[in-house]
Amino acid sequence: MAQRRTASRTGGFGSLYRGREGQWSWLAHRVTGVGIILFLFAHVVDTALVGWGPSAYNRVVSVYKNPPIRLLELVLVGMVIYHALNGVRIMVIDFWPKANDWNRQLVYGTVLLFGLGMIPITYFIVKPIFVKYF
Amino acid sequence: MAIEAGRRAGSVHRADSLGTGAPRRAGRGRPTRAGEFWWWIFMRVSGLILLVLAVGHVLIMHVFGGGVDRVNFGFVALRWQSPFWRTWDWLMLSLALVHGINGLRVITLDYVRRPGVRIATNWFFATAGALAFGLGSIVVFTFDPCKWPGTVGIHC
Repeated sequence: MAQRRTASRTGGFGSLYRGREGQWSWLAHRVTGVGIILFLFAHVVDTALVGWGPSAYNRVVSVYKNPPIRLLELVLVGMVIYHALNGVRIMVIDFWPKANDWNRQLVYGTVLLFGLGMIPITYFIVKPIFVKYF
Repeated sequence: MAIEAGRRAGSVHRADSLGTGAPRRAGRGRPTRAGEFWWWIFMRVSGLILLVLAVGHVLIMHVFGGGVDRVNFGFVALRWQSPFWRTWDWLMLSLALVHGINGLRVITLDYVRRPGVRIATNWFFATAGALAFGLGSIVVFTFDPCKWPGTVGIHC
């Protein structure tokens, strides 16, 4: 057991996906991808209501303006941004195999870019809650 | 020598795509190797396009310029006056659905081990995707704000 853990920590089963950064970024890519496609199904239906006129559409988009839903919106936007940035990392490794040696650094770079990007995004999405309710 | 002959005949590689040397079973469909290659390409090409379309959409609609507070029927009516945004939204709809549903198919390969259940799951998502694609396409291309006169900024 201990041996297995050590092996997985040092990437003994292959450095790209088993354990540590590669595995976590793979898992996050998967989870965010599933989250986005499931939301997309709902979003196609709510947007389609625009074809049923102002009262139907305005009523359904008012859901998005609820404060708790805004936090879910922030999560959704974060999922899209992460999935996009991590997708770029995957493509860099696919088309430039030497980048594989720098996978850890690329993962941290992706997370850093994501974190920096989410600062202004969080500000813009969360601010209206405070402006409206406090 | 046999490989060369097979290349010319265009069959040996496909018949033994796993390289096990086992003969191809009768009645089995065309091996998916070539198919998986094109799906792999598609995920990357659509991913790059969605990098612009979906990230752009999220930043325009949810982050900058007022976010969801300004989104209502009138906003969409004005926005869809332009064929540019209708094309953007339709292309994003199509690519995101295919990209996402293929992603789900790849995931079911890992977690849904019984082939019958997996095929049923994939058909379920494919059908849901086809319905979403049909509904979204009809609305994007047939939307006409003049059905509701008096929409601000729309001249009918």
